[in-house]
Amino acid sequence: MALAARPETSPTVSIAMTGSGGSGVMTAGNMLLEAAALAGYYGLMSRTSGPQIRGGEAAALIRLAGDPIDGHDDRFDLLISIDWLNLERFADEIPLDGESIAIGDPSQGEPPAAMIGPGTKRLALPMKDLAKKIPGGRANMIALGYVASLIGLPNDAVAEAVRHTLGTEGGRVTASLAGIEAGRLAAANVPCPHKLAPSRGRGAGRWLITGNEAAGYGALKGGVRFVAAYPITPATELLEWMSPALSGLGGVLVQAEDELASINMAIGASYGGTPALTATSGPGLALMTESLGLAVAAEVPIVVVDVMRCGPSTGIPTKSEQSDLNLALYGVHGDAPHVVVAPNSVADCLATTQWAVHLAEAMQVPVVVLSDQSMGQTRMVIDPPRDEEFAGKRAVAAANGQDYRRYALTPSGVSPMAIPGAPGLMYTADGLEHNERGTPSSQAKDHIAQLDKRQRKLGSVDFGPHWAEIEGDGEIAVLTWGSCTGPVREAIARARDDGIAVKLVSLRLLSPPHPDRLAAALKGVKRALVVEQTHSGQFYRYLRAEHALAAELRAMHCPGAQPMRPGDIYRELVEWSRP
Amino acid sequence: MNAPVTTLPSAKDFKSDTKPVWCPGCGDHGVLTSLARALADLTCRREEVAIVSGIGCSSRMPAYTNCYGFHGVHGRALAVATGLKVSRPDLTVIATGGDGDGYSIGGNHFLHACRRNVDLTYIVMDNHVYGMTKGQSSPTTEPDWDNALTPGGTGLRPFQPLVIALASGANFVGRAFSGDVIGTAHIIAEAVKSPGFSFVEILSPCITFRPEQRDWKELARPSPVPVTNDAARAARRIMTDDGFNIGILYAGNRKPYQPEIGRAQRSLQDLAREFAL
Repeated sequence: MALAARPETSPTVSIAMTGSGGSGVMTAGNMLLEAAALAGYYGLMSRTSGPQIRGGEAAALIRLAGDPIDGHDDRFDLLISIDWLNLERFADEIPLDGESIAIGDPSQGEPPAAMIGPGTKRLALPMKDLAKKIPGGRANMIALGYVASLIGLPNDAVAEAVRHTLGTEGGRVTASLAGIEAGRLAAANVPCPHKLAPSRGRGAGRWLITGNEAAGYGALKGGVRFVAAYPITPATELLEWMSPALSGLGGVLVQAEDELASINMAIGASYGGTPALTATSGPGLALMTESLGLAVAAEVPIVVVDVMRCGPSTGIPTKSEQSDLNLALYGVHGDAPHVVVAPNSVADCLATTQWAVHLAEAMQVPVVVLSDQSMGQTRMVIDPPRDEEFAGKRAVAAANGQDYRRYALTPSGVSPMAIPGAPGLMYTADGLEHNERGTPSSQAKDHIAQLDKRQRKLGSVDFGPHWAEIEGDGEIAVLTWGSCTGPVREAIARARDDGIAVKLVSLRLLSPPHPDRLAAALKGVKRALVVEQTHSGQFYRYLRAEHALAAELRAMHCPGAQPMRPGDIYRELVEWSRP
Repeated sequence: MNAPVTTLPSAKDFKSDTKPVWCPGCGDHGVLTSLARALADLTCRREEVAIVSGIGCSSRMPAYTNCYGFHGVHGRALAVATGLKVSRPDLTVIATGGDGDGYSIGGNHFLHACRRNVDLTYIVMDNHVYGMTKGQSSPTTEPDWDNALTPGGTGLRPFQPLVIALASGANFVGRAFSGDVIGTAHIIAEAVKSPGFSFVEILSPCITFRPEQRDWKELARPSPVPVTNDAARAARRIMTDDGFNIGILYAGNRKPYQPEIGRAQRSLQDLAREFAL
């Protein structure tokens, strides 16, 4: 039998839980992830859904492993679906093959043909009927119990996750636990090759966090105490997490009337001395670009987090893409030196957003943080993050100084900022070109002096080792950024198993570019594969424009909606490494 | 015991040395004088006042005052002022601008600033024209005013800022005339004192592009009725007057929007515990 030939346990197991909106697959998926985390596994869950506001098809995509992972596999081991309505829309996102098992409720009919791979094994589980026998029972809990049993998760971890999620709702806890037990019983004699290896670690102390929450927490660690924002998918959860967190810390989140207001409110608060942030997605960032120029000219530090989605225009709001890179790098009118950084994992959303606040404050510039839907809305088990100490604070002018010049031409370009309330330093922050005092000026000498000053600032700060993630060695490298880093890392590991050494260079600091640093990182590298999630190869073009790279480059770029798969990158590497 | 001697700034102290770009005879000169006088009358300290503006002739105001200033992008003064005031409630924050900046490109922020009712004062110098771009119709321009961009006029009904402000929830609404420096200073001072969002529309003639506005001097008159706290009554009066009744036209008692800030009840470590298993 084909199944018997496989090892008894797997280093990672991938599970898709699907169903119509309201069927509770997200709740069940979150419980499964938390149970695995409590049992000492690492893992992640991303969410995908149809365009409907409520009631549309939804999928919780889960991967569990004994070792840390930061992305999805190429395929899924298990698919369990409460029903099959519109699920063919997920066919590309949930690839099944001959090793996969698809579990469905016979009362809900047949799975869509597009979803089922050649040779995919099928199992029937009467979830609705089993749930009906339990007072308050629900099909999603039957599914949870069944899957947990198939992959070998211990009972007590599942029960703890249920209690943690449902809290004091005693009736619901009892009904849920009964449903899970019924699911377990149904799975009792079902052979499943997709079992997790016994966990080696302990879950206690690890964190369960989404990229959006991590970015929000990093911002607070960096000192942000004012946020203004307008709701937009997929950045909304970042704001919803920050709102009560800010109140607790004595800060505030203001819901603005639009993104034009959001960024200007943040600029107003920062001008008043409070580190400030706004978060949005591509369409919102497009609206904000005029005022990014204002923050550059008036030298007001702010952080703008862009949780990217497929564009242009409304695009696909619920799916990830890296295609706002050009807008972030080049979108601002005039010569407007600013900073663009990108986290490269869910966990890194914390450190990189915190870093962004420090960079903004230290250089009195706007900093754009390019996160994306796949990091923002993925919940992941991570080791507790290190306490990062990023250098850099806002230079504040001492009150009652003599002859205060807000835009003084200092050697570093950074000039001490007066905070309203300080006597003797009154000045007008201005988006009009100005002289050192801030008085509007249309003279070329002032324009040149201030342009030089603002450019000089970006060279005034040591960006430190956080500028890039560099791993391994080899004559072949992969150059990438953002959420592509996870799948790239996994592809490199697979190539290494084949005896192909590949170096990983993932840039966090996108602007200002540091060609010398990148050249040093690529020393000895003969070929570099550039991996990104855009249709037009924005990152590849940016690298070519800003860096003199000795290595032969090959571009690998695909647009969003489809996740980047480690297998595709691996195949490209193997093919390219052939002499 | 000797109490420290503190000298409060005079009206003159609130003006900067920078020479305005405004044309001779522009109403905005008078508004600058009235604003400086109001701040002195209110015994404000210069460092505790911030004047925020967008783009346009009247938006040049911050550079001509001697307090903290912010001169931002077109139409967004109220957003900057909101962020500043909410995060720094200790400051006196005044937004200034013109009819194009406030009612056209910044129209959405005007509605929502009235609604939000942050403790700000918003001064609009309305001259029914875009002056800085040399004479185009603004939202308050008469429909048949001929100009190069919209020959024969826009044909559009003028915007009614005071009624819109009332309908949107502004807590204080007044109309002033720039030629009446003392009266305007009084209305500005009352607006600053009034809690919540205070809106002062100042008729401020542009004699360069709208020379006929010299006649406003004759037309402006004190409102014949006293201030009301009934928004519906105030709106009816404003919709039926000829646009030249001057005074405080509405003063309400809505609670300003001011979230409590500065008092931390949780720590970063408390927040981190939410994530730990």
